[in-house]
Amino acid sequence: MVIDSPDQVVGVDVGGTFTDLVLIDQGSREVKLAKVPSTLDNQAFGVLNALEETNADLSAVSLIIHGTTTTTNAVLERKLSKTGLITTRGFRDILELGRRTRPQAYGMKGEFTPIIPRNLRIEVSERMDSSGNILIPLDETEVSKAAKHLLEEGCESVVIHFLHPYANSVHELRAAEIVRGIWPNDHITMGHALLSESREFERGVTAAVNASVQPLLDRYVKRLTDELATNGYTGEVLVMNGNGGMVSSQLVATEAAKTVMSGPASGVMAAAYTGRKTGIENLITYDMGGTSTDVALIRNAQPSVSNEIEIEYAMPIHVPMVDVRTVGAGGGSIARVNVVGLLEVGPESAGANPGPICYGRGGTDPTISDANLLLKRLDPGKMKSVEGGTSLEDVANIFAEKLGDPLGLDAVEAAAAVIRVANTKMAGAIRMVSISLGADPRDFSLFAFGGAGPLHAVALARELGIPQILVPCRPGITNALGCVVADLRQDFVNAINRPVENVDMENVHSIFARQMADGADALNRQNVELRKIKYTYSVDMQFVGQTHLLRVSLDTPTPDRETLRKLFEQAYFKRFRVELAEIKANLVNINTSVIGEREELDLSSLIDPIGRKTQLADAQTGSRQVYFDKGWQDTPIYWRDHLPFEFTMEGPAIIEQMDTTILVEPGDRARADTDGNILITVGGPT
Amino acid sequence: MSSAIDPITLSVIQAGLQQVCDEMDLSFSRAAFSPVIAEANDRSDGIYSAMDGSLIAQGAGGLPVFVGTMQYSTKTLIEMIEVGSVLPPEPDDIYIVNDPYLGGTHLMDVRFARPFYRNGAIFCWLSNTGHWPDTGGSVPGGFSASATAVEQEGLRLPPVKLFKKGNLDTEIYAIICSNIRVADQRIGDVKAQAAALMVGEDRLNELLDRYGDETVRDAIAELRTRASAQMRSCISAIPDGDYTSTAWVDSDGVVNEPLAIKLKITKAEDELNFDFAGSSPPCLGPMNSVLATTLSSVYLAMRHIFPEVPISAGAFEPLKVIRPEGTFLDAHYPRPVSGCAAEVSQRIAEAVFAALVEALPRRVTAAPAGTSGNFALGGNDPDRNRDFVMYQLSGGGYGGNADHDGLSNGCSTIGISKAPPVEIMEQAFPVLYHRYALREGSGGAGEHRGGFGLEYELELRRGNAQASFVMDHGRFGPQGARGGVDGAVNEVTVFQNGEPYTPEHLSKEQDIPLQAGDRVRVKTPGGGGYGKPFDRPAEAVLRDVMLERYTPQQAMALFGVAIDETTMEIDAIGTQKLRGAGVGS
Repeated sequence: MVIDSPDQVVGVDVGGTFTDLVLIDQGSREVKLAKVPSTLDNQAFGVLNALEETNADLSAVSLIIHGTTTTTNAVLERKLSKTGLITTRGFRDILELGRRTRPQAYGMKGEFTPIIPRNLRIEVSERMDSSGNILIPLDETEVSKAAKHLLEEGCESVVIHFLHPYANSVHELRAAEIVRGIWPNDHITMGHALLSESREFERGVTAAVNASVQPLLDRYVKRLTDELATNGYTGEVLVMNGNGGMVSSQLVATEAAKTVMSGPASGVMAAAYTGRKTGIENLITYDMGGTSTDVALIRNAQPSVSNEIEIEYAMPIHVPMVDVRTVGAGGGSIARVNVVGLLEVGPESAGANPGPICYGRGGTDPTISDANLLLKRLDPGKMKSVEGGTSLEDVANIFAEKLGDPLGLDAVEAAAAVIRVANTKMAGAIRMVSISLGADPRDFSLFAFGGAGPLHAVALARELGIPQILVPCRPGITNALGCVVADLRQDFVNAINRPVENVDMENVHSIFARQMADGADALNRQNVELRKIKYTYSVDMQFVGQTHLLRVSLDTPTPDRETLRKLFEQAYFKRFRVELAEIKANLVNINTSVIGEREELDLSSLIDPIGRKTQLADAQTGSRQVYFDKGWQDTPIYWRDHLPFEFTMEGPAIIEQMDTTILVEPGDRARADTDGNILITVGGPT
Repeated sequence: MSSAIDPITLSVIQAGLQQVCDEMDLSFSRAAFSPVIAEANDRSDGIYSAMDGSLIAQGAGGLPVFVGTMQYSTKTLIEMIEVGSVLPPEPDDIYIVNDPYLGGTHLMDVRFARPFYRNGAIFCWLSNTGHWPDTGGSVPGGFSASATAVEQEGLRLPPVKLFKKGNLDTEIYAIICSNIRVADQRIGDVKAQAAALMVGEDRLNELLDRYGDETVRDAIAELRTRASAQMRSCISAIPDGDYTSTAWVDSDGVVNEPLAIKLKITKAEDELNFDFAGSSPPCLGPMNSVLATTLSSVYLAMRHIFPEVPISAGAFEPLKVIRPEGTFLDAHYPRPVSGCAAEVSQRIAEAVFAALVEALPRRVTAAPAGTSGNFALGGNDPDRNRDFVMYQLSGGGYGGNADHDGLSNGCSTIGISKAPPVEIMEQAFPVLYHRYALREGSGGAGEHRGGFGLEYELELRRGNAQASFVMDHGRFGPQGARGGVDGAVNEVTVFQNGEPYTPEHLSKEQDIPLQAGDRVRVKTPGGGGYGKPFDRPAEAVLRDVMLERYTPQQAMALFGVAIDETTMEIDAIGTQKLRGAGVGS
């Protein structure tokens, strides 16, 4: 399917605060950007407002790709559709009991609310054993009685979740058929439909999340597509999934749970795309916002994907999703001196309200953002003190009083200390993420985005031994860009679970071949032009007797036995420094990702070429004294949109732009690449 | 000397030391073979003083029960090296030890200790503990309900060098392997445990190279002082005085008499004194605790109360525990101890909670379920023609607290591990679960009620097997607090040919024979209630009834709330009558 130029492509991401939009005209290379407040009650209004702001002619737009937080917010705020559960007799409490955990290792407290309340969880007679033998036949009368009861209780969607459906799904299928005859809509989720694997709690929660967000997503997408049609749009709307791939708006609600992490995933997709285009394929993404920081790993231009993400305490969603981890601090993280005089930063955050002191909304706790302001890394001239009239002196006084006095420092030294402690903690958290994914951070570049990411990136990179930082053109709208550039993607996993020496290698090769064919079919069914279809192969292996898996990448779908063994042993030694000649290797899973790469978009116009100056000096807007480890230094300030296409600058320097501030510390060197990204080479320790 | 370090460098080094330990924890779990380490994280890694083994830093993901044990283990090793009863260390050596009486817990917790050298001298020790799935003895897995001497519990290793200058001593290793079950996979765990210490060595070297040995040494001393000060400042919130409590262990598994833990905590200055005088004498069965475990239990209870104080020897300094000589909390050779880490430790923690809840009503909860719920089933699966040992560990309700009701089906006080899924158990073992459910009515009544326990029932599908139980709280429920009611007691029932059988020791017995079709039913304890049940809002009681957690009759009897069962609404007048009359308060 080929779509003719000069059509326009729109990526639009609805975040918690802003709705961001990127419109790219593939013919004229013109790029339009918009940032408007999100309208969380009906996100479609924000989308339309953003389109309006770009004066888009919807009849000229061929494709809209949409990232939405509709399902994310619904789950986190428990604003869910009323959902019932029909389950195996004796097991209705699985969703409530969980896996016998508590939220924190220390402190015997905590709360947990299951997403389907106990009175809407109904048991029926049926039982399968773990091999798929029917021990108790399905009581069909009980199923229809249960469905009618749930309807009377006002349920809008329903989950059918039995034990061992991965071994034999006949009971779930039959029960769904019965319910379908009674249920007024198609919001019926079977446990095995999204995840045909054992572990009844994780599978059940995944299904329950799916069912309880399905009506919401369905209604939202219909509203959005109707509104767009009313405004003259005739093209396709694709929605981002958490695995970084896209799916048609007509199909998305069926597997609604897959959209729960779509926002963070699109940012990581943009990073992977940007990195691939500029030839940097191994990246740690670092998205620092107001309250938290998201970190993900990209290897060979592909984001790490996990099937075992827990979006909050005891809320696992086991479908493939880009493995985005949330770590410690954001700009609003609060600094304090504890009872014994040690400086701590976070985990408490001032959030958006009251927010940092400098927001002028009544915040009186020192935060990371305030510290950046006192050090003049952020421009004090742009303080958002519209509401309360807070001044830099107010911020300094609070720092002096709350942090400086107990630490024996002045306000500025206290601010520097806050930044240093925060950076140490963030670096430690990023290191743990990286190591838990089996990667040494020193082998990666840091992709800094989000409002605050580029401000801290060089310090973190130095701490982590990361040699280089990549700051994209538009760090503040990276998620919307991710929508525009995202690939189509299908992930396949087949379990083998046999010692390598006993594996039928021909079977392995035919599984790979089938995964490839199924993936290509699925991609070709979507109405999107593809440049090429790319396949990546991997196996999950372990030593016989282990439970954790190690993923080994393959460069061929027809590996031989000896290669598998050798690659695994090498990877294992690299990771754990252990050789285990005594124990056999086990082949657990065979994985193929089938990626439909879309036509490359020209992103060089993300920063308007017309505004570019020819000399670096002409892009300088001024200079100010900025505080670094060695004290105040006169620091030139540049406006990003005016930077020449090619330049090199030595730190210290500050590059400001509409959506972020980039800090280049003394000893670091920044330059531009051909796509308009900024690359910063980290110097020695400051 | 140490006051010279600026507080920022101190914070940075503190985070750095913590990071070293966290990486050791992560590396150990990821490389390990035994699910008990790889999945259940029944392990801990830390950095210990070269002088006396005292705790410098420990991984945040370590099992809570190890919070205080490894420093005693390392200390004992250092002392034995000094007197010459253990060979002196050389670079790249690793000592192995599991003797419970030398700063340990039970035999299954195997400790490795590695001297960390800088410039030819020992700078500190890196040590870790991992729970091995078997160390020999009369019962697979080592949790005996009725051992009467440590020899019946498994192989006991004094500190010996398992790695000499970096090389595994294959002779010692062969002796170990000849004495434990499923020995063929142990080499993977041994190497994982050793490699974790090597990871720690690399990271610690980086930290020292960056900040300098002297600065880090000074920082360690200063951090110890500050952790002590932080714990003291927490303690100062407690009014001066004596706080007493009694907690009960059902029985020792051999003699069916309750064992008392009598605790008197005295707050004076900014220290707490823990006196266990009057507790029961050493027992015949395996419910004895060794000193290191008793101390660790006190520390972990205090850490549950003040989680913000970093784990370090300094934090323990203001906690003075009088050695409970002559009681079952200070067991000596050859007293059996296999119940100490999993059960007695939790009852010690309960005693600490019960003593301090009045003084720290916002911090401390009513008693949690407080048992690891250890049910082991060993037998032969005729279909697969092989022997099996299955463990079902289970959770229970947590105590209500000032802010909330207790959590349902939480992990034990001393653990952080997940329970295995029913589907995985049925795949691996010849069992069929008939029920895995919330135990209705089990949460102790209170203004904030206790969490609910778990109720499960399973059937042996084929062959023969033996069931063993090492649990507790079968005789006495987890204590309520501040007017709250105790949580429901643990109940174990075995159905042999359909006939119900209750173990004499209620939730402890070894080798109960089962044949195909026989069933086991376990109902785990609910948490204790917090505050007076009549102070619970009637709407909250109604909600629990709507969710079928309590019956309308229980709502009336326990909470004094009358509910009209036809409309399912609160009968306000009836409720006022009940509550006004003070029934059940």
